[in-house]
Amino acid sequence: MSHYKDNKGYARYLLDLIHKEADLPLTIMEVCGTHTVAIARSGLRELLPKCIRLLSGPGCPVCVTDDLDLDLVMALVREKGIILATFGDMMRVPGTQSSLLQEKSRGADVRVVYSPADALTLAAENPDSEVVFLGVGFETTVPTVAVTLEQAIRQGLKNFSVYSLHKLLPPVMKALLEDPDVKIDAFINPGHVCTILGSEPFRFIPEEYGKPCIVTGFEAADILEAVLIMLRQHKENRPAVEIQYRRAVRPEGNPVAVSFIEKYFEPATARWRGIGEVPDSGLALREEYAVYDAQRRFPLSITPGKRRKNCSCGEVLKGLKLPYECALFGKVCTPVKPVGPCMVSTEGSCAAYYRYGAQKAGVAH
Amino acid sequence: MTKTGQDDVILLGHGSGGTLTNQLVKTVFQDAFGNPILNEMLDAAVLDVPKGRIAFTTDSFVVDPIFFPGGDIGKIAVCGTVNDLAVSGAEPLYLSAGFIIEEGFPLGDLRRIVHSMKEAAGTAGVRVVTGDTKVVGRGSADKIFISTTGVGLIPEGRQLSPRRMQPGDAVIVSGSLGEHGLAILAQREGLSFTTPVVSDCAPLQRLTRAILEAGGEGVRCMRDPTRGGLATTLNELAAQSGQGILVHEELLPLRREVVRACEMLGIDPIYLANEGRVIVVAAHDVADRVLEAMRGLPEGTGAVLIGEVIPDNPGLVLLETELGATRIITMLEGEPLPRIC
Amino acid sequence: MCLAIPAKIMKINGMIAEVDIGGNTKEINITLTPEAKIGDYVLVHAGFAIQVIDEKAAEEIFEAWEVAYESLQRQ
Repeated sequence: MSHYKDNKGYARYLLDLIHKEADLPLTIMEVCGTHTVAIARSGLRELLPKCIRLLSGPGCPVCVTDDLDLDLVMALVREKGIILATFGDMMRVPGTQSSLLQEKSRGADVRVVYSPADALTLAAENPDSEVVFLGVGFETTVPTVAVTLEQAIRQGLKNFSVYSLHKLLPPVMKALLEDPDVKIDAFINPGHVCTILGSEPFRFIPEEYGKPCIVTGFEAADILEAVLIMLRQHKENRPAVEIQYRRAVRPEGNPVAVSFIEKYFEPATARWRGIGEVPDSGLALREEYAVYDAQRRFPLSITPGKRRKNCSCGEVLKGLKLPYECALFGKVCTPVKPVGPCMVSTEGSCAAYYRYGAQKAGVAH
Repeated sequence: MTKTGQDDVILLGHGSGGTLTNQLVKTVFQDAFGNPILNEMLDAAVLDVPKGRIAFTTDSFVVDPIFFPGGDIGKIAVCGTVNDLAVSGAEPLYLSAGFIIEEGFPLGDLRRIVHSMKEAAGTAGVRVVTGDTKVVGRGSADKIFISTTGVGLIPEGRQLSPRRMQPGDAVIVSGSLGEHGLAILAQREGLSFTTPVVSDCAPLQRLTRAILEAGGEGVRCMRDPTRGGLATTLNELAAQSGQGILVHEELLPLRREVVRACEMLGIDPIYLANEGRVIVVAAHDVADRVLEAMRGLPEGTGAVLIGEVIPDNPGLVLLETELGATRIITMLEGEPLPRIC
Repeated sequence: MCLAIPAKIMKINGMIAEVDIGGNTKEINITLTPEAKIGDYVLVHAGFAIQVIDEKAAEEIFEAWEVAYESLQRQ
């Protein structure tokens, strides 16, 4: 599949077309952190016409994990006999007081895994410990956790549970569209979330809010194609959901994966860092699987810490501010010592801006 | 050693300084490294000081896993220190080797590690002239740690320093990037995948000698891009020289397997460690000669020009993307953790 | 979010498949793509195949890109 890499010429051709056709201001939000990184890595911001503004939305489940939720996770890992398995991205994310990396250095047993399946292996290998998988991720990741849970049940593993901080994208996109401060003309839709969900759950965006919504792949040429499509939709005032990322996304998504999500999880209110509580935008384990639900299994009562002041992650996520417009950016808050979640994840908007020097490109805008 | 099977593993007694220590030194270390200076078994190695200036460096090695495709902790302990001397423009001469070993460590593994050190030292033309062994209780160290210190000779008149870098200088790398880092990552618990990529771990003194012969005074400085990879080393050079560096994404030598595995793990290969590569900054007019000399050696066959020193953006490293945009490359922040999202 | 990469299925053993990722091999779980066969390309996320990639669509796009690029060259 490497030929998607060999499309420099095509990308330049698309850039030419975009420069010719772009005559109206257009604010585009990429909902997906992987897009944020792809845009930064290829330097697209600098290459697009000045009237096209790219905003990074709430596209990284690490970014949007609430610090109060994380305080509870930190309290759990300090308990004896707990092994917490999580993705590498979560290690540096701060709660109000510490991060998993810090807890690990103080003796907590925290393991980085590549796959939820690896957490199951840990449970089998450590029968005397409780292995908790910290479930973060959007619709793309949840089915992999659901399959893992099914295997745990089948194998009769009693020492495995899931701490579900999973989040759902369509409800939060709706919440963003309902916010009168948020001014977005079009969405670059998360390609891999749509691999699972298909395009249908996003129809409300053009139909109710009149915004183009393009399901987009992750090569520079994919993103440019999507920009061109939404530019044309916007000009001709015919907003629609369109799949640019056809090689990996079908209109119906992956129904097997969706049924796995529905079998084990049900929608629940979730806290999004910087955005607040959004009804039905999270996933909790269904009642019948309560025994595999770490939140029910290990009830903890802790006093939540205090949130940090002056962090603009909320506004950054909503596209109201660019990262370098935050008072903390690059000074108090850096990838080495992040304050807000947008700096923590390598895909977080602030980290991407910091790392790839998009600050410079942003000023040029 | 007794014949009760105790010689299978390292015991606390092997570090006590008594009979067991003596036996270990004789049968393992002296057997491998033996040379007239070491064999004196004095409290300190006594060395002749040749004319010129002395380069002196030290490093500790805690790599996990201790055996990996393309090398082991012993090979890397010798190459790492030899390469630090070599890129400083020195001819490596002497090494010390200090071992901290966890009780219960298999003696066979120690022999294997020491054998690799012997081979690497032989290739690099250095002698291990002094050493030390300590054994700590189970759990007090992870298997084995090795510390090496190296002494090398810098011939008179040779000056290598980033401060000599000037706009227009060529930036050259001796081969494809990130192979050591990837080979190690592939072995990591929870990440296991199989890759044909092996560590590039190798001594570089022959290559640096060839570079200096070909480029003469035009060679401004050299660095081995170990921890933190190319990106971090270029940032050090930019900061120390006060110059800007521009590299071109299209010119970076990367194996397909490294690129694709990095995509899977969400890691940028320019942050992965190398243990057998050198970055050379050389005056524009000697760059071709330097490249040709490098390509004439097996450890430099993949040598390519990747960028240049630029007059603007002092202290920064810029990368020109394939589409022609530029972005700033920063140093590695923290350990590269594989990510999923 | 959601890093996912294409991989080619080399072997299948129950719900576990061995895939080729640009010359590297890895075992993944294919429960979510029951239709996947040896030789198919799948999209891999967190050690699971999450979709069979439509090779035909991929080829068509590639050809479209080629054509566009060639026409650009002629301009």
